Amino acid sequence: MKICITTSGQDMDAQVDPRFGRAQAFIIFDTESGDWQLLANSVNLNAVQGAGIQTAQMLAKAGVSAVLTGHCGPKAFRVLDAAGIKVYSGVSGGVSEAVEAFKNGQLSAAGGPDVQGHWQ
Amino acid sequence: MKIAVASGKGGTGKTTISTNLARVLSGSHKVQYLDCDVEEPNAHLFLHPQITSRRDAGVLVPQIDESICTSCGKCAEFCYFNAIACLANTTITFHELCHGCGGCAMVCPERAITEIERPIGVIECGISGEIEFVHGRLNIGEAISVPLIRQVIGHARPDRVVIMDAPPGTACPVVGTLKGADKAVLVAEPTAFGLHDLTLAMDLIRELSLPCGVFINQFDIGDDRVERFCEANDIPIWGRLAHDRRIAEAYSRGMLAVDAVPEAAASFESLASELLRGGGL
Repeated sequence: MKICITTSGQDMDAQVDPRFGRAQAFIIFDTESGDWQLLANSVNLNAVQGAGIQTAQMLAKAGVSAVLTGHCGPKAFRVLDAAGIKVYSGVSGGVSEAVEAFKNGQLSAAGGPDVQGHWQ
Repeated sequence: MKIAVASGKGGTGKTTISTNLARVLSGSHKVQYLDCDVEEPNAHLFLHPQITSRRDAGVLVPQIDESICTSCGKCAEFCYFNAIACLANTTITFHELCHGCGGCAMVCPERAITEIERPIGVIECGISGEIEFVHGRLNIGEAISVPLIRQVIGHARPDRVVIMDAPPGTACPVVGTLKGADKAVLVAEPTAFGLHDLTLAMDLIRELSLPCGVFINQFDIGDDRVERFCEANDIPIWGRLAHDRRIAEAYSRGMLAVDAVPEAAASFESLASELLRGGGL
Protein backbone atom coordinates (compact mmCIF):
# COMPACT_ATOMS: atom_id res chain seq x y z
CA MET A 1 0.00 0.00 0.00
CA LYS A 2 1.03 3.58 -0.56
CA ILE A 3 1.22 5.88 2.43
CA CYS A 4 1.90 9.62 2.59
CA ILE A 5 4.05 11.37 5.18
CA THR A 6 3.99 15.17 5.37
CA THR A 7 7.53 16.49 5.49
CA SER A 8 9.42 19.73 5.91
CA GLY A 9 12.37 18.26 4.00
CA GLN A 10 13.13 16.32 0.84
CA ASP A 11 13.86 12.71 1.76
CA MET A 12 13.41 9.89 4.26
CA ASP A 13 15.90 11.53 6.66
CA ALA A 14 13.76 14.66 6.92
CA GLN A 15 11.34 15.62 9.67
CA VAL A 16 7.56 15.18 9.63
CA ASP A 17 5.85 18.50 8.85
CA PRO A 18 3.17 19.09 11.50
CA ARG A 19 0.95 20.84 8.92
CA PHE A 20 -1.14 18.81 6.52
CA GLY A 21 -2.60 21.13 3.86
CA ARG A 22 0.33 23.50 3.85
CA ALA A 23 3.07 20.94 4.39
CA GLN A 24 6.32 21.71 2.55
CA ALA A 25 6.13 18.41 0.66
CA PHE A 26 4.94 14.80 0.85
CA ILE A 27 6.78 11.54 0.78
CA ILE A 28 4.76 8.83 -0.92
CA PHE A 29 6.07 5.56 0.48
CA ASP A 30 5.28 2.12 -0.86
CA THR A 31 5.14 -0.29 2.09
CA GLU A 32 5.62 -3.39 -0.11
CA SER A 33 8.62 -2.29 -2.16
CA GLY A 34 10.10 0.27 0.20
CA ASP A 35 10.31 2.74 -2.71
CA TRP A 36 9.47 6.37 -2.08
CA GLN A 37 9.04 9.52 -4.06
CA LEU A 38 8.76 13.20 -3.16
CA LEU A 39 5.60 15.06 -4.08
CA ALA A 40 5.92 18.86 -4.07
CA ASN A 41 3.19 21.01 -2.53
CA SER A 42 4.03 24.41 -4.01
CA VAL A 43 0.52 25.06 -5.35
CA ASN A 44 -1.42 24.26 -2.17
CA LEU A 45 1.23 25.89 0.03
CA ASN A 46 0.27 29.24 -1.50
CA ALA A 47 -3.49 28.66 -1.75
CA VAL A 48 -5.67 31.60 -0.66
CA GLN A 49 -7.77 29.18 1.38
CA GLY A 50 -8.80 25.53 1.34
CA ALA A 51 -5.24 24.18 1.17
CA GLY A 52 -6.21 21.08 3.15
CA ILE A 53 -9.08 20.30 0.77
CA GLN A 54 -6.90 20.47 -2.31
CA THR A 55 -4.04 18.57 -0.68
CA ALA A 56 -6.45 15.80 0.28
CA GLN A 57 -7.76 15.68 -3.30
CA MET A 58 -4.22 15.51 -4.66
CA LEU A 59 -3.31 12.62 -2.33
CA ALA A 60 -6.49 10.77 -3.30
CA LYS A 61 -5.41 11.06 -6.95
CA ALA A 62 -1.95 9.83 -5.99
CA GLY A 63 -3.63 6.68 -4.67
CA VAL A 64 -2.48 6.75 -1.08
CA SER A 65 -4.32 4.72 1.57
CA ALA A 66 -2.99 6.46 4.69
CA VAL A 67 -1.63 9.85 5.73
CA LEU A 68 0.88 10.35 8.54
CA THR A 69 0.97 13.96 9.73
CA GLY A 70 1.00 16.27 12.73
CA HIS A 71 -2.44 17.83 12.52
CA CYS A 72 -5.48 17.48 10.31
CA GLY A 73 -8.42 19.92 10.27
CA PRO A 74 -12.11 19.19 9.66
CA LYS A 75 -12.30 20.02 5.94
CA ALA A 76 -9.22 18.02 4.99
CA PHE A 77 -10.46 15.17 7.15
CA ARG A 78 -13.84 15.17 5.41
CA VAL A 79 -12.19 14.82 1.99
CA LEU A 80 -9.69 12.19 3.14
CA ASP A 81 -12.47 10.23 4.82
CA ALA A 82 -14.64 10.36 1.69
CA ALA A 83 -11.66 9.12 -0.31
CA GLY A 84 -11.20 6.22 2.11
CA ILE A 85 -7.81 7.47 3.29
CA LYS A 86 -6.94 6.76 6.91
CA VAL A 87 -5.48 9.69 8.88
CA TYR A 88 -2.75 9.20 11.50
CA SER A 89 -2.39 12.56 13.21
CA GLY A 90 -0.11 13.46 16.11
CA VAL A 91 2.91 12.06 14.26
CA SER A 92 6.22 13.87 14.80
CA GLY A 93 9.96 13.28 14.52
CA GLY A 94 11.73 11.75 11.55
CA VAL A 95 9.98 10.46 8.44
CA SER A 96 11.76 7.05 8.57
CA GLU A 97 10.82 6.59 12.21
CA ALA A 98 7.20 7.45 11.43
CA VAL A 99 7.16 4.86 8.64
CA GLU A 100 8.65 2.22 10.96
CA ALA A 101 6.09 3.02 13.65
CA PHE A 102 3.33 2.68 11.06
CA LYS A 103 4.66 -0.63 9.74
CA ASN A 104 4.95 -1.99 13.29
CA GLY A 105 1.33 -1.08 13.97
CA GLN A 106 2.29 1.47 16.64
CA LEU A 107 0.09 4.25 15.21
CA SER A 108 -3.66 4.36 15.46
CA ALA A 109 -5.96 5.95 12.93
CA ALA A 110 -7.77 9.14 13.96
CA GLY A 111 -11.56 9.06 14.15
CA GLY A 112 -11.83 12.74 13.25
CA PRO A 113 -9.95 16.00 12.87
CA ASP A 114 -7.61 16.83 15.74
CA VAL A 115 -7.68 20.63 15.27
CA GLN A 116 -10.31 23.24 14.46
CA GLY A 117 -10.59 24.75 11.01
CA HIS A 118 -9.09 28.18 10.45
CA TRP A 119 -12.52 29.73 10.19
CA GLN A 120 -13.90 28.48 13.50
CA MET B 1 -21.16 60.19 -6.85
CA LYS B 2 -20.02 57.58 -4.35
CA ILE B 3 -17.51 58.61 -1.69
CA ALA B 4 -15.84 55.91 0.38
CA VAL B 5 -14.46 56.79 3.81
CA ALA B 6 -11.61 54.40 4.52
CA SER B 7 -8.44 54.00 6.56
CA GLY B 8 -5.70 51.44 6.80
CA LYS B 9 -5.98 51.51 10.57
CA GLY B 10 -9.04 50.60 12.59
CA GLY B 11 -10.37 53.12 15.09
CA THR B 12 -9.13 56.23 13.29
CA GLY B 13 -12.61 57.70 13.02
CA LYS B 14 -14.10 56.40 9.76
CA THR B 15 -17.61 56.23 11.17
CA THR B 16 -17.26 59.55 12.99
CA ILE B 17 -16.12 61.25 9.78
CA SER B 18 -18.60 59.56 7.47
CA THR B 19 -21.69 60.04 9.66
CA ASN B 20 -20.91 63.71 10.33
CA LEU B 21 -20.05 64.31 6.69
CA ALA B 22 -23.35 62.73 5.65
CA ARG B 23 -25.25 64.96 8.07
CA VAL B 24 -23.51 68.12 6.84
CA LEU B 25 -23.99 67.21 3.17
CA SER B 26 -27.64 66.40 3.74
CA GLY B 27 -28.24 70.11 4.39
CA SER B 28 -27.70 70.85 0.71
CA HIS B 29 -27.81 67.52 -1.13
CA LYS B 30 -29.80 64.31 -1.26
CA VAL B 31 -27.59 61.92 0.68
CA GLN B 32 -27.53 58.16 0.98
CA TYR B 33 -25.43 56.43 3.61
CA LEU B 34 -24.11 52.89 3.07
CA ASP B 35 -22.45 51.19 6.03
CA CYS B 36 -20.19 48.71 4.24
CA ASP B 37 -18.51 47.48 7.41
CA VAL B 38 -20.82 44.47 7.45
CA GLU B 39 -18.77 42.57 10.02
CA GLU B 40 -19.30 45.29 12.60
CA PRO B 41 -21.72 47.92 11.33
CA ASN B 42 -21.95 50.80 13.80
CA ALA B 43 -23.15 53.88 11.88
CA HIS B 44 -26.71 53.17 13.02
CA LEU B 45 -25.59 53.97 16.56
CA PHE B 46 -25.05 57.59 15.49
CA LEU B 47 -27.58 58.10 12.70
CA HIS B 48 -30.37 56.25 14.55
CA PRO B 49 -32.21 55.33 11.35
CA GLN B 50 -35.75 54.12 11.37
CA ILE B 51 -35.47 50.74 9.66
CA THR B 52 -38.19 50.42 7.06
CA SER B 53 -37.20 47.22 5.26
CA ARG B 54 -35.15 44.15 6.02
CA ARG B 55 -34.26 41.26 3.74
CA ASP B 56 -32.05 38.20 3.88
CA ALA B 57 -28.90 38.35 1.82
CA GLY B 58 -27.26 35.27 0.46
CA VAL B 59 -24.58 33.95 -1.79
CA LEU B 60 -25.17 31.43 -4.57
CA VAL B 61 -23.38 28.15 -3.89
CA PRO B 62 -23.14 24.99 -5.99
CA GLN B 63 -25.30 21.94 -5.49
CA ILE B 64 -24.02 18.92 -7.36
CA ASP B 65 -26.31 16.25 -8.77
CA GLU B 66 -24.19 13.17 -8.11
CA SER B 67 -26.30 11.06 -10.46
CA ILE B 68 -25.08 13.20 -13.39
CA CYS B 69 -21.59 14.14 -12.12
CA THR B 70 -18.80 12.18 -13.81
CA SER B 71 -16.10 13.39 -11.36
CA CYS B 72 -14.23 15.01 -14.23
CA GLY B 73 -12.82 17.56 -11.79
CA LYS B 74 -13.26 20.63 -13.98
CA CYS B 75 -15.25 22.47 -11.28
CA ALA B 76 -12.63 21.82 -8.59
CA GLU B 77 -9.87 22.86 -10.98
CA PHE B 78 -11.71 26.09 -11.75
CA CYS B 79 -12.47 27.10 -8.16
CA TYR B 80 -9.90 29.71 -7.08
CA PHE B 81 -11.13 29.48 -3.51
CA ASN B 82 -10.68 25.69 -3.28
CA ALA B 83 -14.29 25.14 -2.22
CA ILE B 84 -14.68 21.91 -4.22
CA ALA B 85 -12.88 18.58 -3.90
CA CYS B 86 -13.37 16.07 -6.67
CA LEU B 87 -12.70 12.42 -5.84
CA ALA B 88 -13.04 9.31 -8.00
CA ASN B 89 -16.58 8.58 -6.89
CA THR B 90 -17.85 11.78 -5.31
CA THR B 91 -17.53 15.56 -5.49
CA ILE B 92 -17.58 17.45 -2.19
CA THR B 93 -18.45 21.12 -1.82
CA PHE B 94 -17.53 23.48 1.02
CA HIS B 95 -20.16 26.18 0.92
CA GLU B 96 -18.53 28.28 3.65
CA LEU B 97 -15.53 28.84 1.35
CA CYS B 98 -17.58 29.67 -1.77
CA HIS B 99 -17.62 33.28 -3.00
CA GLY B 100 -20.56 32.60 -5.32
CA CYS B 101 -18.89 33.40 -8.63
CA GLY B 102 -20.83 30.67 -10.45
CA GLY B 103 -17.80 29.54 -12.43
CA CYS B 104 -18.15 25.88 -11.42
CA ALA B 105 -21.65 25.69 -12.89
CA MET B 106 -20.38 27.30 -16.11
CA VAL B 107 -17.48 24.90 -16.64
CA CYS B 108 -19.41 21.73 -15.76
CA PRO B 109 -19.76 19.83 -19.07
CA GLU B 110 -22.56 17.65 -17.65
CA ARG B 111 -24.62 20.55 -16.27
CA ALA B 112 -24.64 18.69 -12.96
CA ILE B 113 -24.33 21.89 -10.91
CA THR B 114 -27.22 24.10 -9.92
CA GLU B 115 -26.79 27.17 -7.75
CA ILE B 116 -28.71 27.48 -4.52
CA GLU B 117 -28.80 30.45 -2.19
CA ARG B 118 -27.04 30.21 1.15
CA PRO B 119 -27.96 32.98 3.62
CA ILE B 120 -24.95 34.96 4.93
CA GLY B 121 -26.60 38.00 6.50
CA VAL B 122 -29.29 40.65 6.27
CA ILE B 123 -29.59 44.03 4.62
CA GLU B 124 -31.57 46.72 6.41
CA CYS B 125 -32.74 49.96 4.82
CA GLY B 126 -34.16 52.96 6.58
CA ILE B 127 -34.22 56.69 6.97
CA SER B 128 -32.33 59.02 9.29
CA GLY B 129 -33.72 62.54 8.99
CA GLU B 130 -33.02 63.46 5.39
CA ILE B 131 -30.48 60.66 4.94
CA GLU B 132 -31.35 57.37 3.30
CA PHE B 133 -29.66 54.61 5.23
CA VAL B 134 -28.53 51.10 4.23
CA HIS B 135 -26.37 48.62 6.10
CA GLY B 136 -25.52 44.95 5.95
CA ARG B 137 -25.12 42.65 8.91
CA LEU B 138 -23.02 39.56 8.32
CA ASN B 139 -24.12 36.47 10.21
CA ILE B 140 -21.92 35.58 13.17
CA GLY B 141 -19.25 33.03 12.26
CA GLU B 142 -19.42 33.88 8.57
CA ALA B 143 -15.94 34.29 7.04
CA ILE B 144 -16.76 35.81 3.67
CA SER B 145 -18.10 39.36 3.71
CA VAL B 146 -17.49 40.69 0.20
CA PRO B 147 -20.68 39.27 -1.42
CA LEU B 148 -22.74 41.06 1.26
CA ILE B 149 -20.75 44.29 0.83
CA ARG B 150 -21.44 44.17 -2.91
CA GLN B 151 -25.15 43.82 -2.24
CA VAL B 152 -25.08 46.81 0.12
CA ILE B 153 -23.32 48.85 -2.59
CA GLY B 154 -25.92 47.57 -5.04
CA HIS B 155 -28.43 49.78 -3.16
CA ALA B 156 -26.51 52.95 -4.13
CA ARG B 157 -28.74 55.37 -6.03
CA PRO B 158 -27.27 57.33 -8.94
CA ASP B 159 -29.12 60.53 -8.03
CA ARG B 160 -27.70 60.68 -4.50
CA VAL B 161 -24.45 61.71 -2.91
CA VAL B 162 -23.52 58.31 -1.50
CA ILE B 163 -21.29 58.08 1.57
CA MET B 164 -19.78 54.61 2.05
CA ASP B 165 -18.36 53.74 5.44
CA ALA B 166 -15.64 51.19 4.62
CA PRO B 167 -14.38 48.35 6.80
CA PRO B 168 -10.93 48.87 8.37
CA GLY B 169 -7.70 47.56 6.93
CA THR B 170 -6.58 47.00 3.36
CA ALA B 171 -7.88 43.48 2.72
CA CYS B 172 -10.67 42.08 0.52
CA PRO B 173 -13.62 43.78 2.31
CA VAL B 174 -12.00 47.20 1.81
CA VAL B 175 -11.08 46.44 -1.79
CA GLY B 176 -14.69 45.33 -2.36
CA THR B 177 -15.91 48.65 -0.95
CA LEU B 178 -13.42 50.90 -2.76
CA LYS B 179 -14.11 49.18 -6.09
CA GLY B 180 -17.64 50.52 -5.86
CA ALA B 181 -16.52 54.10 -5.09
CA ASP B 182 -15.74 57.14 -7.25
CA LYS B 183 -13.44 58.74 -4.72
CA ALA B 184 -12.11 58.09 -1.27
CA VAL B 185 -11.47 60.01 1.91
CA LEU B 186 -8.68 58.40 3.92
CA VAL B 187 -8.93 59.08 7.63
CA ALA B 188 -5.59 59.15 9.47
CA GLU B 189 -4.24 60.10 12.86
CA PRO B 190 -0.97 62.09 13.03
CA THR B 191 0.94 59.32 14.79
CA ALA B 192 3.50 56.68 13.85
CA PHE B 193 0.78 54.01 13.68
CA GLY B 194 -1.49 56.35 11.77
CA LEU B 195 1.15 57.06 9.14
CA HIS B 196 2.15 53.41 8.83
CA ASP B 197 -1.39 52.32 8.04
CA LEU B 198 -2.10 55.37 5.86
CA THR B 199 0.88 54.32 3.75
CA LEU B 200 -0.68 50.87 3.28
CA ALA B 201 -4.04 52.42 2.40
CA MET B 202 -2.37 54.73 -0.13
CA ASP B 203 -0.71 51.76 -1.82
CA LEU B 204 -4.15 50.21 -2.23
CA ILE B 205 -5.71 53.45 -3.48
CA ARG B 206 -2.96 53.81 -6.11
CA GLU B 207 -3.52 50.23 -7.21
CA LEU B 208 -7.19 51.06 -7.75
CA SER B 209 -6.41 54.47 -9.35
CA LEU B 210 -9.02 56.11 -7.12
CA PRO B 211 -9.03 59.89 -6.58
CA CYS B 212 -8.51 60.53 -2.88
CA GLY B 213 -7.68 62.97 -0.15
CA VAL B 214 -6.76 62.68 3.49
CA PHE B 215 -8.74 63.81 6.52
CA ILE B 216 -6.59 64.13 9.64
CA ASN B 217 -8.48 63.22 12.76
CA GLN B 218 -7.20 64.66 16.07
CA PHE B 219 -4.72 66.70 14.05
CA ASP B 220 -3.48 68.56 17.12
CA ILE B 221 -2.11 65.48 18.88
CA GLY B 222 0.95 63.52 17.70
CA ASP B 223 3.23 65.23 15.21
CA ASP B 224 3.42 66.44 11.62
CA ARG B 225 4.54 63.18 9.98
CA VAL B 226 1.19 62.58 8.23
CA GLU B 227 1.17 66.15 6.90
CA ARG B 228 4.73 65.74 5.61
CA PHE B 229 3.86 62.41 3.99
CA CYS B 230 0.88 63.98 2.19
CA GLU B 231 2.99 66.91 1.03
CA ALA B 232 5.79 64.67 -0.23
CA ASN B 233 3.33 62.48 -2.14
CA ASP B 234 1.04 65.22 -3.50
CA ILE B 235 -1.96 63.93 -1.58
CA PRO B 236 -4.47 66.68 -0.83
CA ILE B 237 -5.52 67.19 2.79
CA TRP B 238 -9.26 67.67 2.67
CA GLY B 239 -9.81 68.48 6.32
CA ARG B 240 -8.71 68.31 9.92
CA LEU B 241 -10.63 67.65 13.11
CA ALA B 242 -9.26 68.72 16.49
CA HIS B 243 -8.93 66.43 19.48
CA ASP B 244 -11.84 67.44 21.69
CA ARG B 245 -13.14 65.64 24.74
CA ARG B 246 -16.65 66.87 23.97
CA ILE B 247 -16.60 64.94 20.67
CA ALA B 248 -15.69 61.75 22.54
CA GLU B 249 -18.43 62.40 25.06
CA ALA B 250 -20.97 62.95 22.29
CA TYR B 251 -19.74 59.77 20.58
CA SER B 252 -20.21 57.75 23.76
CA ARG B 253 -23.83 58.91 23.86
CA GLY B 254 -24.46 58.04 20.20
CA MET B 255 -24.52 61.69 19.14
CA LEU B 256 -22.98 63.30 16.10
CA ALA B 257 -20.06 65.68 16.70
CA VAL B 258 -21.68 68.35 14.54
CA ASP B 259 -24.73 68.33 16.83
CA ALA B 260 -22.71 68.55 20.02
CA VAL B 261 -19.66 70.68 19.20
CA PRO B 262 -20.22 73.77 17.06
CA GLU B 263 -16.53 74.06 16.09
CA ALA B 264 -16.58 70.52 14.70
CA ALA B 265 -19.22 71.47 12.16
CA ALA B 266 -16.71 73.77 10.42
CA SER B 267 -14.30 70.87 9.88
CA PHE B 268 -16.97 68.79 8.14
CA GLU B 269 -18.25 71.72 6.12
CA SER B 270 -14.75 72.28 4.77
CA LEU B 271 -14.46 68.56 3.95
CA ALA B 272 -17.83 68.70 2.21
CA SER B 273 -16.82 71.74 0.17
CA GLU B 274 -13.52 70.08 -0.83
CA LEU B 275 -15.51 67.09 -2.06
CA LEU B 276 -18.02 69.34 -3.85
CA ARG B 277 -15.21 71.36 -5.42
CA GLY B 278 -14.01 68.18 -7.13
CA GLY B 279 -17.21 68.35 -9.16
CA GLY B 280 -19.58 65.58 -10.04
CA LEU B 281 -21.72 65.82 -6.90
